[in-house]
Amino acid sequence: MLRAQQVRQVTYVPDSGHARLIELVRADRDMRAIPLTTEEEGVALSVGAWLGGEKSVLLMQSSGSGNCINMLGMVQECRVPLPMLITMRGEWGEFNPWQVHMSLATAPALAAMGVVLRTVDSADDIGETVDAALRLAYNTCRGVAVLIAQRVIGAKQFK
Amino acid sequence: MKHRKPVLDRRKAVADILKERRNALVVAGLGAPCWDIAAADESPLNFYTWGGMGGAAMIGLGLALAQPRRRVLVITGDGEMLMGLGSLATIGVQQPRNLAVIVLDNERYGETGMQLTHTRLGVELAGVAKASGFRAAGTIYSAAQLKTWIPRLHRQLGPVFAAIKVTAQPAPMVLPVRDGATLKTRFREALLGAKALE
Repeated sequence: MLRAQQVRQVTYVPDSGHARLIELVRADRDMRAIPLTTEEEGVALSVGAWLGGEKSVLLMQSSGSGNCINMLGMVQECRVPLPMLITMRGEWGEFNPWQVHMSLATAPALAAMGVVLRTVDSADDIGETVDAALRLAYNTCRGVAVLIAQRVIGAKQFK
Repeated sequence: MKHRKPVLDRRKAVADILKERRNALVVAGLGAPCWDIAAADESPLNFYTWGGMGGAAMIGLGLALAQPRRRVLVITGDGEMLMGLGSLATIGVQQPRNLAVIVLDNERYGETGMQLTHTRLGVELAGVAKASGFRAAGTIYSAAQLKTWIPRLHRQLGPVFAAIKVTAQPAPMVLPVRDGATLKTRFREALLGAKALE
């Protein structure tokens, strides 16, 4: 799907749910995998990539969405396309109580910044939803987030 | 470490750099760097930021990767750069050959009352850049140093970093366009032509 959309820059602070996708991006000659120190770097990079005529995608877990909030103002003010694939933590069989707070705030905080949200609760729906989110973001130039439920990825095992 | 008092004039430094820009793409960090760039060389190929503090260097990285044949200059302030220090590490990992990050370092938060920043209090940005993998990184104090650095900023294999120590003397405000969508569209049209509006 990222290939079909000719995405060139894939930024991420990884989550286990993105591991396979990141490997695929790294193996793809036409795409550049760009690890970040904090998620807001990927938001700012999307503006530069688009100014230069390239599409980007940002991968993160729900805790990282809070790090993006002010920078998302730039994406929305400048009408830059930014699809975000966010794996949720802290909502389904979570072991780590510190994850719950940003998990609860992820959707409302992104919505407050004008980001279009789509939630995926089953693995079968991911393909279709991500495809629709990519098209919506690139065709209408705005932030679009797909929240992939923890139920789909599974809770991290602490053992 | 003993403090060395900045003597360079920010407006003149920016004008001297942009005089040699040719077709370079410029990203302006929020605040005074925007006014400096607008005063020196207003162009649709300048992208001025009015928010998103800490993001200028990363905008530069995305642009440099998308346009590998064009030189990309990020010109920002010390407060803005300090907010995005991690981006120096991210740029170091990507090694964009065409990117130069230039910090106009007055050691102050100039837009909010001239409070001291970390660079007045012992933090050396060029050291961070160097340790992050920039191919060249330096702190510029004198006009003679700036003169030798200007060709490097435009031509040396990147990523290149320079902190230019400038006085805290404010220059008259020269305000560029501030509507974000307009700034984006005019930049893309100037760079990409009709493809910008597809």
